[in-house]
Amino acid sequence: MAFVAAVAKRSGNVRGIKRPSTPYLLLIPGIAWLFMFFIYPLINLASTSTQTPAASGEVGAYVQTFRFANYIDAFSGARDQFLRSIVYALIATLLALAISYPLAYAIAFKSGKWKNLLLVLVVAPFFTSFLLRTVAWKQILGNEGPVVAVLKFLHILGPQSGLTASAFAVVTGMTYNFLPFMTLPLYASLERIDPRTLEASSDLYANGITTFRKVTFPLSLPGVVAGTLLTFIPAAGDYINATLLGNPRTKMIGNVIEARFFDIVDYPTAAALSFMLMAAILIMVMVYVRRAGTEELV
Amino acid sequence: MPTNNPLSPETRAIIRAQMTRRGVLAGAGGLGVAGLLAACGTKSASTGAKGASVTDISATDKIARWANWTLYLDYDSKSKTYPTLEAFKKSSGINVTYAEDVDDNNTFYGKVAGQLKLGKDIGYDIVTLTDWMAGRWIRLGYTQTLDAAAIPNKKNILTVLENVSFDPGRNNSLTWQTGFAGFGWNKSLLPKGVHTLDDLFAPANKGRIEVLSEMRDTMGIIMQYQGVDISKTFTEAQFMNAIDFLQKKISDGFIRQVKGNSYKEDLISGDAIAVIGWSGDLFQLATENKGKFEFAIPESGGTLWSDNLMIPSTSPHKANAEAVINNYYDPKVAAQVAAYVNYVCPVQGAQAEMEKIDPTLANSPYIFPDAAALAKVKVFASLTPAEETKYQTAFQKATGN
Repeated sequence: MAFVAAVAKRSGNVRGIKRPSTPYLLLIPGIAWLFMFFIYPLINLASTSTQTPAASGEVGAYVQTFRFANYIDAFSGARDQFLRSIVYALIATLLALAISYPLAYAIAFKSGKWKNLLLVLVVAPFFTSFLLRTVAWKQILGNEGPVVAVLKFLHILGPQSGLTASAFAVVTGMTYNFLPFMTLPLYASLERIDPRTLEASSDLYANGITTFRKVTFPLSLPGVVAGTLLTFIPAAGDYINATLLGNPRTKMIGNVIEARFFDIVDYPTAAALSFMLMAAILIMVMVYVRRAGTEELV
Repeated sequence: MPTNNPLSPETRAIIRAQMTRRGVLAGAGGLGVAGLLAACGTKSASTGAKGASVTDISATDKIARWANWTLYLDYDSKSKTYPTLEAFKKSSGINVTYAEDVDDNNTFYGKVAGQLKLGKDIGYDIVTLTDWMAGRWIRLGYTQTLDAAAIPNKKNILTVLENVSFDPGRNNSLTWQTGFAGFGWNKSLLPKGVHTLDDLFAPANKGRIEVLSEMRDTMGIIMQYQGVDISKTFTEAQFMNAIDFLQKKISDGFIRQVKGNSYKEDLISGDAIAVIGWSGDLFQLATENKGKFEFAIPESGGTLWSDNLMIPSTSPHKANAEAVINNYYDPKVAAQVAAYVNYVCPVQGAQAEMEKIDPTLANSPYIFPDAAALAKVKVFASLTPAEETKYQTAFQKATGN
């Protein structure tokens, strides 16, 4: 023991003091980045969320009073929008999964030489702005657009009704906008499935449905978990779709935070709502990942 | 009008606005907000940058940076320049950077408030903001006093705008443009027009009505319909009465959306057929669409608002900015701008100059309103900061936020 200690001491002295601290030095930029852009803003956000209006009463002037009741007030003021965000995001996630799974499956197993082209097509919408894509849906679903014309012709829609400025349009927009986030992880996990496991399944007299249920789907589960998370999290906080495709009765929590921050200049409530959204999503994700039983995400 | 663009300027405006907002809020996940809050600092108790002194380097640094709203300065789509600005640059040697960076009073304030408070240059030497927001800047000491000697053309301001409650004597601001809020509608679908709030909320228009997200304009029109004089102090009950009215129209599905300039696109697409909107917008729409749209001041009364030029407290180019402002108070230049933007021109003598450019515009009640039009509109009374917060909260809640 004494020898080891002596060697350690010697190497510390002789080889230079720098050596043990090198990894820490290398970590500094990363930690500084994390601190500046994550920890510090988070602390600031937390600190803002418990402030109350200053005595001067000036718009946007707040003092720290550690009023935790801000959270209760913020939540009770925006309960509907909170619930709506979660419901809309859930529906959009399920729809995206229903559309993406067959798509990813087809690309992974059935596309042959078209595989790369199809993958590019899935990613292609990313090359245009999120906003432009949403505005485009306003036109697709608009009163003068093709969808409404067809539905009216089929008498599914009445002559006076339309599709935009509705919950339907908001969920459609979200499903579309976050679809690639679902398709790509699904594709990645499906593509990695060893075809021999599928062959083995059929060798054991499993039909297509059983093979899918017992082999393909369980093996693609990491992709499903990753895809649903990558879709649900941004969808729950999204407010662009609700702004452009919704109406005043379909506002989401993101809209409330925006209005609180910019229009009312109520920083504490905006901060409290942001924190609650973050916490709610974190808890839901943790429960979900536990239940899904996957440790690795893709 | 820059109409040969694939996207209308309004679309570009909302897209840009939303993109910056998106960047700011980062999907409302909280981090973006946090960043901004960080910029505001935790010591939010101290407000105002009173006493902050900035050295004027105008003489050596011949630039002026101007933030304005979209479609708010004469623009030549062929040369892609602003003719009056180009002329000014040539004659003065001051290089003016003009940016259509203001898309909403609140959003713009949210973006620069942190720097203003800390006394850091916000990147603009002239900002153009609406009365109530201009009042907030002046109250907080975020503006510089205008040097009357440097702006001799100041004397040309319309008498009605000479003295305003938020800036007595116009020491810190000068009007850029003025306009009305009232009803706009699609003439081919509503040949009878919209002249009262009952016309607007007619059952046939259900779900195709849009109102302005600018609280004072929408609420001002509803309150006047309910018989309240919005130019004088009113009670909270009177305001909340109007909120109830708005809330009812929203929950019954009459109102499609509550928004800013982008109601224009919905009128064009047919998604909206009647709106509470701004005179200049509808005048432009009518010109571009061969009279398909029309504007009217409500019979019960419309609102009159102004956007004001101000020099931020953080600007190191005050003298240059004053030269720019002085230039636009020259009736000749003002008439050129008015011929393009179609809002109410605040400069005396511009009407005579307009006769030379376009006699029809010179007689337009939208640009040079007569006494009859002015009698039908009111300026929304100034609110105390406490009222401002209370009313804005009620308005945002009613509109779904």
